[in-house]
Amino acid sequence: MSSLLNPAWALLAAVVLGVLALVGAGVHGMVIARSEGRSARSGALSPVFELARLLRQRRRRTVAADVLLWRVGCGGLVVVALLKTAVIPFGSWILADIPVGIVWFNAMDVLLWAVLWLLGWGANSAYGLIGGYRFLSQAVSYELPLMFALVTPAVAAHSLQVSEVVAAQNGLWFVVWMPVAFLIFCASVIAFSSWSPFGTAAGSDIAGGILSEISGVDRLLVLAGRYALLTTGAAFAVAMFLGGGAGPLLPDWLWTLLKTLLLLFVFVALRHRLPAIRPDRLAEVAWIIVLPLALLQTLFVAIVVVVGR
Amino acid sequence: MLAVIVFCALAVVAIASGVAVFRVDSMARATYALAISFVAVGAMLLMFDLDYIGVITILMMVMEMAIMAIYMIMFMGMNPALMPMSMVHNNRWALILSAGTFVLLAAGVLLVPWPAPAESPTGDLTASLGETIMGSKMLVMLTVSPILFATIIAALVLANPRGRYDRWGDDLKRRSPHDLRRGGLGG
Repeated sequence: MSSLLNPAWALLAAVVLGVLALVGAGVHGMVIARSEGRSARSGALSPVFELARLLRQRRRRTVAADVLLWRVGCGGLVVVALLKTAVIPFGSWILADIPVGIVWFNAMDVLLWAVLWLLGWGANSAYGLIGGYRFLSQAVSYELPLMFALVTPAVAAHSLQVSEVVAAQNGLWFVVWMPVAFLIFCASVIAFSSWSPFGTAAGSDIAGGILSEISGVDRLLVLAGRYALLTTGAAFAVAMFLGGGAGPLLPDWLWTLLKTLLLLFVFVALRHRLPAIRPDRLAEVAWIIVLPLALLQTLFVAIVVVVGR
Repeated sequence: MLAVIVFCALAVVAIASGVAVFRVDSMARATYALAISFVAVGAMLLMFDLDYIGVITILMMVMEMAIMAIYMIMFMGMNPALMPMSMVHNNRWALILSAGTFVLLAAGVLLVPWPAPAESPTGDLTASLGETIMGSKMLVMLTVSPILFATIIAALVLANPRGRYDRWGDDLKRRSPHDLRRGGLGG
């Protein structure tokens, strides 16, 4: 299915990612406007205004900040999202259809452990540091369930290659017979994007946490990076569980786009509909309930695959 | 040619960031300098077409460094981890030991009679590498892994300040566990 692409298309992929992230931010603006009693349309352009404001804003500095590590943290989110797009199929096109595409995606979301902690550390601010550690303790809870959620489609497809996983869903989308893995994956996407209800690392109770001291273009990069991460997560969920570009009438790239946008809207809209989940309370639930559930899901799929041979 | 240049550049990055680990004055910088060193090694493995091992190396090492950041706050008293501090101590013995280790390993590289490759590996490189390294020693590995696992469990049991009798009562019959910190399962 995968057609070999000229690496120059990576530039277009970055543009598509940016536009989708902006659409996601626009939807969030609309949700906010609705909640404040304004018309939804009035909020649609708020990310554009915010972008213009942050580009003009002067950087605020803190005393004895570790500037190098701080900047790495600020830029890191966008870089990780871009690196993820390399293995995400867009219809039948895929930039780098490497044999271990799923592991690549997983390795990139592990990079976020480093990036978000550095973001909190670099500012030399107590709130930022608490935010960074909140993210790490949350990551300890979501990462293993996420890994097993990613293993499950790979087991069913006999391959870690993303295009093979998409092709294996020819008859039946994986979401139908591995719904638990799908839900865990979606929750993990929200968690590694530090998005509510898993957004306590940037919670208002600690003055914005990892976001508390960043301003100007740094803040722009981090906020854009979060939307980009949600977008790549939604797009990867489409490839892993929702049949990729499969669908009637429309071309496959359009189906990929539609499904990705739909999932992205769900992620964005969830933010204000659920109470915040504290990392210290999540740990026990994640390790005692969610992880065994993920393992059972993998076991079920493995048995089906072996018996069905 | 290009491959050689990229490989050498990665090697230089790996060594330079390895040196940086001991030159910087902050735990955070040392930790992530080490992470960069490992990522460069992972990228070099990718250049051998060992996709899985390369990517997994990057994944594991970055995660490990982040876990180290958790431990450094958990266990370093008075949090010197948050202050500028020297990354070296016991310099003389450290130099002797590291130079000795280097000489030993380098001598090993030069003196060991490496087997000539019988035929270039076909099919899955990762699998054939695993066969070559572990094939005849699988029994040892199978023995070592449960021992390691048992050690981890034993260490956790010994280190845990509140065991199940504290949580569930002397006869383990309490209906919900008594935790110092509320939340999670069972209030």
